Amino acid sequence: MSDMAIEANSRPGIERGYRLQWEPAQNAHVLLYPEGMIKLNGSAGEIMKRCDGATTIADITADLERAFATTNLSADVLRFVHMALEKKWLQIRP
Amino acid sequence: MAANPSLNDSAPPRPGPPRPGPPLWLLLELTYRCPLHCAFCYNPTDFAGTGAELATEDWLRVLREARALGAVQLGLSGGEPLTRDDLEPIVEEAHRLGFYINLITSGVGLSEARLGALKQAGLDHIQLSFQDSSKQMNDFLSSTRTFELKSKVAALIKQYDYPMVLNVVLHRLNIDHVEEILEMALRFGADYVELANTQYYGWAWHNREQLLPSRDQVERAERTMQRFRERVGKQMQIFFVVPDYFESRPKPCMKGLGSIFLTISPDGTALPCHAARMLPGLDFPNVRSASIEEIWYRTESFNHFRGDAWMKEPCRSCPEKTRDFGGCRCQAYLMTGDAANADPVCDLSPHHHLVTAAVARADRPDAAAQLDAGEKPLVFRSERNSSTLFPKRDGI
Repeated sequence: MSDMAIEANSRPGIERGYRLQWEPAQNAHVLLYPEGMIKLNGSAGEIMKRCDGATTIADITADLERAFATTNLSADVLRFVHMALEKKWLQIRP
Repeated sequence: MAANPSLNDSAPPRPGPPRPGPPLWLLLELTYRCPLHCAFCYNPTDFAGTGAELATEDWLRVLREARALGAVQLGLSGGEPLTRDDLEPIVEEAHRLGFYINLITSGVGLSEARLGALKQAGLDHIQLSFQDSSKQMNDFLSSTRTFELKSKVAALIKQYDYPMVLNVVLHRLNIDHVEEILEMALRFGADYVELANTQYYGWAWHNREQLLPSRDQVERAERTMQRFRERVGKQMQIFFVVPDYFESRPKPCMKGLGSIFLTISPDGTALPCHAARMLPGLDFPNVRSASIEEIWYRTESFNHFRGDAWMKEPCRSCPEKTRDFGGCRCQAYLMTGDAANADPVCDLSPHHHLVTAAVARADRPDAAAQLDAGEKPLVFRSERNSSTLFPKRDGI
């Protein structure tokens, strides 16, 4: 799905076979996948946990801006989603 | 806003006697029983002489204790884990605890009924092994008739909507079939293919002369894999685990013993790596008599190779020691007789010639012919071979 154009109304979700969960022992969100684990930093975790396959990137961005009382996150979010699609952490179902 | 992920296992060890992080990766070798007889198996050659397997309740307790410490990735392996008829309750408990559960299997014993039950219990992922691309070679290399059965299991895995991960261990006798192996994987609809060159422990170590490919074979396989990767793109991800004998720096084995990996072997012996039982002078604890917390944080055998106080030269003063931790302790022990030596794969090791000599023997033009002539037959992993050829614990 990585070549698909990502738009503000795309709805990214966690890739099949991957699981995102909060790990108290690591004080972080981790992404679990076949024989692998990635510890996400705070901002990556915050974006990923909003990627439920139903919420648009625009809404994810707005929610993050609200939660962290900031603005202008859309380029960062898009860049992250693009990278995560490349790495197959996220998918966008057509 | 920096949104770059960081790999959690890349942090360099702290100086001094380090308090390790939690055992993030837990591997349960549920049994040494296996319907296959692969000559490249890394299980100990004397497995037939190990003690009784843990009971279901012991495995469940191990899961609970390890998860409480922070373990999160779980491998269920063996032997063939499907030979345990309590695999389903083990998976169920692991899932309830929040583990990400990988079943590492030959596929033998994975009926549709069992797969359905495992899915229901919360199994996350299945890694299916093949020995080669053709019925004839697969069945020869595993010393069984299992190719067709495995092909059926591959279809079942798709049917139950699991990502399909195929694992093929490469060696001298099948590495020339990489193209056919990848074609087979593509036909099955595999999402990931792991082409893992043999690592020489256990039965593979015993059979090393017959299994080690020539450099030419390795390079051809890598080129073939590369071409294939370009052709199929992202629909199938291909991992090629390089054979470390052809490298000049060792692998960062287990990210250092006792840093993130914990293996529990069938009889309950806890190990910092599934091959570590061979290491002499370390009295590895057993989960029957110690808690995971005690084992991980407070036993001499787990502490021994933590940090770098155990290192000898050239590792001790080497700037790369925080990257590769001196390589593999088991390989150092097997090849040099001292587990504290540098992994001889490293070209800074005074024992590196042992590796280059093995590679040179594999490169001899007549090597293939000699092997074909059956000069030194492959010894297949079996209960019978284990008890007759390796009756006493030889640690290998």
